[in-house]
Amino acid sequence: MEFSGVKRRKPWLIGDQRKASYPHSLQFYLQPPSENISLIEFENLAIDRLKLLKSVENLGVSYVKGTELYQSKLEAEIRRLKFSYRESLEDEYEPRRKDHISHFILRLAYCQSEDLRRWFIQQEMDLLRFRFSILPKDKIQSFLQDSHLHFEAISEEEKNLREQEIIASSTSLGGPKLELEYVYKIPFADALDLFRGRKVYLENGFAYVPLKDIVAIILNEFRAKLSKALALTARSLPAVQSDERLQPLLNHLSHSYIGQDYSIQGNAGKISLDQIDSLSTKSFPPCMRQLHKALRENHHLRHGGRMQYGLFLKGIGLTLEQALQFWKQEFIKGKMDPDKFDKGYSYNIRHSFGKEGKRTDYTPFSCLKIILTNPPSQGDYHGCPFRHSDPELLKQKLQSYKITPGGISQILDLVKGTHYQVACQKYFEMTHNSRDPDLDNRRLLTACPVLGMYALPTMPTVGTIFKDIVLREQCVVETAWMVYMTGRRS
Amino acid sequence: MEPFDPAELPELLKLYYRRLFPYAQYYRWLNYGGVVKNYFQHREFSFTLKDDIYIRYQSFNNQSDLEKEMQKMNPYKIDIGAVYSHRGNGSAVTWLCRPNQHNTVKLGAFQAQEKELVFDIDMTDYDDVRRCCSSADICSKCWTLMTMAIRIIDRALKEDFGFKHRLWVYSGRRGVHCWVCDESVRKLSSAVRSGIVEYLSLVKGGQDVKKKVHLSENVHPFVRKSISIIKKYFEGYALVGQDILENKESWDKILALVPETMHNDLQQNFQKHHSSLQRWEYLKKAASQCPSNIKNEKCGPWLEWEIMLQYCFPRLDINVSKGINHLLKSPFSVHPKTGRISVPIDLQKVDQFDPFAVPTISSICHELDAIFTSEAEKEENQAESDIKHRTRDYKKTSLAPYVKVFEQFLENLDKSRKGELLKKSDLQKDF
Repeated sequence: MEFSGVKRRKPWLIGDQRKASYPHSLQFYLQPPSENISLIEFENLAIDRLKLLKSVENLGVSYVKGTELYQSKLEAEIRRLKFSYRESLEDEYEPRRKDHISHFILRLAYCQSEDLRRWFIQQEMDLLRFRFSILPKDKIQSFLQDSHLHFEAISEEEKNLREQEIIASSTSLGGPKLELEYVYKIPFADALDLFRGRKVYLENGFAYVPLKDIVAIILNEFRAKLSKALALTARSLPAVQSDERLQPLLNHLSHSYIGQDYSIQGNAGKISLDQIDSLSTKSFPPCMRQLHKALRENHHLRHGGRMQYGLFLKGIGLTLEQALQFWKQEFIKGKMDPDKFDKGYSYNIRHSFGKEGKRTDYTPFSCLKIILTNPPSQGDYHGCPFRHSDPELLKQKLQSYKITPGGISQILDLVKGTHYQVACQKYFEMTHNSRDPDLDNRRLLTACPVLGMYALPTMPTVGTIFKDIVLREQCVVETAWMVYMTGRRS
Repeated sequence: MEPFDPAELPELLKLYYRRLFPYAQYYRWLNYGGVVKNYFQHREFSFTLKDDIYIRYQSFNNQSDLEKEMQKMNPYKIDIGAVYSHRGNGSAVTWLCRPNQHNTVKLGAFQAQEKELVFDIDMTDYDDVRRCCSSADICSKCWTLMTMAIRIIDRALKEDFGFKHRLWVYSGRRGVHCWVCDESVRKLSSAVRSGIVEYLSLVKGGQDVKKKVHLSENVHPFVRKSISIIKKYFEGYALVGQDILENKESWDKILALVPETMHNDLQQNFQKHHSSLQRWEYLKKAASQCPSNIKNEKCGPWLEWEIMLQYCFPRLDINVSKGINHLLKSPFSVHPKTGRISVPIDLQKVDQFDPFAVPTISSICHELDAIFTSEAEKEENQAESDIKHRTRDYKKTSLAPYVKVFEQFLENLDKSRKGELLKKSDLQKDF
């Protein structure tokens, strides 16, 4: 008699079979999953992975990728959401299975437009890069083999024969310390980005790639494969979307990141100059609010401030004529000579509207740019208050904006954790009636392109929609990905 | 050599295509052993006829079909294109107009699939550094540029990229072409082809850029090996032949490539010396010393190398190489302006190659006539003798040694192919 010893609730694989199906803590997602899962699990897996990818995005903005702080925070996040990341002594099957299935579910949601695909690929690449970076060096070879990548590490003797050449070719190698590095021999055509710029040593049709550069190649391979797969998925998507149980979930998943392009001048002429003062307190993000206030008080802004605020005004709908009028009026109040304004400042305003020089129609700065570049110095008012303000000053400012003490402490905690954009989002929630976050989001998005680029509806909204579906049908569902993979219903 | 008169082309071409063009070897090349079905039949040829009539998307069933058509149409120029997904049917226009008829192909399904990797090196691209000639003219002094180009590029194709089957051909007037025919190479994508050209490129910038070569501190082995090749020719070509430091006018061009702080010193010392050789020695010494007040300037031979590379390193046309469907002049085609045959270059004797010794169509036709009249053969069976003639006639002319080079190239292709087939059948245990 055979006793499997496995409880009926768990998947029906035991011991070695489980290990064999997921031999590594990371993967290229080459094969779609083939099991049945419940609708509830389908939803939970999707939401968890979405949370993960959003963390990846936020961390990527708040920290420099690859630094210790970034790595540890990302690892904590992955562990918290119970995804796989590192080979450990515990049973790795569940987290790896979760990782596998949830990736394929999100493909369904994120294949639908160029923006969604770009976002999805970017976060998945960052996630893979992290996982690869913590993979022990001796495990790399077997991982590459299992992923059908033909990268062989060369032997010590082979390395020694070519030491000079490899060092002379690779800019990523610090010094003449080749013994410590793994070097991989790959067909030259697989290292296109390296050999075209002569950044790698070529011999007899092979590129000799040090480990640091292999990562770039692997990521490129991954991006190319995923891009193709998403295109394939999109083609077969109608078949999946026709399933009523999945349609609302997939739609909502993809709308929880809104990949709209705020560079489109859809708003031109929709704001009048006399609206600006009241809008600045009601609807501007704090960075623009403070710039506007400084402009009104000093009748002047320095270059950084003019750029950041000027482009923002363009983004919310100011026309060139309005902008010229707006800035001139204010600067003249500061006893500036009108001619001096025309000579010195109006050209730059026209330039930012794409009417001079190389005629680029510049778009408003993204949060990323504002947070990471051109920090303000004395006399500047640009930048991100959550990033660049002294916490005490920030607290005072928030108090003057009439934020509740509870809200202020939440915001300050986020700032401490360097989650600047999330802090800004909290500010938004605090200053708006958050009973209908969707409505507020939409209003905000039209008024505030900068904020809109990263505005996220809160997770509960996603959950409420699903309660309906779940109540309607609690049954086992065939996994949808086989449908999209083959283009046919089995 | 018999002088070439373009007006005689129609007659000369008739004789050339009937008696001299090496059809058997040509077919042997493009058929590639017949391993892939329809490889030859899907190959695009384009013909330029008299009065500049240009026909694309020609395709042929076999060697005899090719022969008949060439003899019928008497093309002034023959270009070779890609192997497509379907046969061409004589003109793109025809099938574009009949997309839904039987035997015609739906738009978009007719795709270029494979082609040799090709390079075109043109002497005109060196006009900024040649003193002896310009534009379409060449002479024995500047031909060394082609010699260096062939050596540098061929070394890289062979040693860095591992390409085994490289055919170098004289273009007939002012440059050389290279056909890389390895099986895997014919399948390369456009992106990889571009990447290869980028890897092989060092001279960057057009007319408005003075200094076209900038080396980083880390010198890649490709650059280092190319410089070693140039060093072998530099004295003879640049310092003696081109005399690049002959007088103020010529050395001012070199000074434009070195930092301004060095100009005064160099000008003064150049006056004191009497030859390009001496001036170059001085320049090398001055250039390798650490310049006192220039930020980020490297101390060492970089400056000297940059000048040598700008004057001698090959210039490639990326557009020729990157497109899979790009048409390139066929080997053994005739150049309508010079009359010279596009002949293969023997890599073993590349230093001795003399473009002015390459036979023209008039000279080999003349040679053939001379032999024919002296032998006074009787033709019993016209067809039989014709065939016999065709297979042996070129051997009696100055074209022979060049066909031999081509045959050696074909032998190597055959050997490789047999090797590959053996490997495959071993893997499948097919005996």
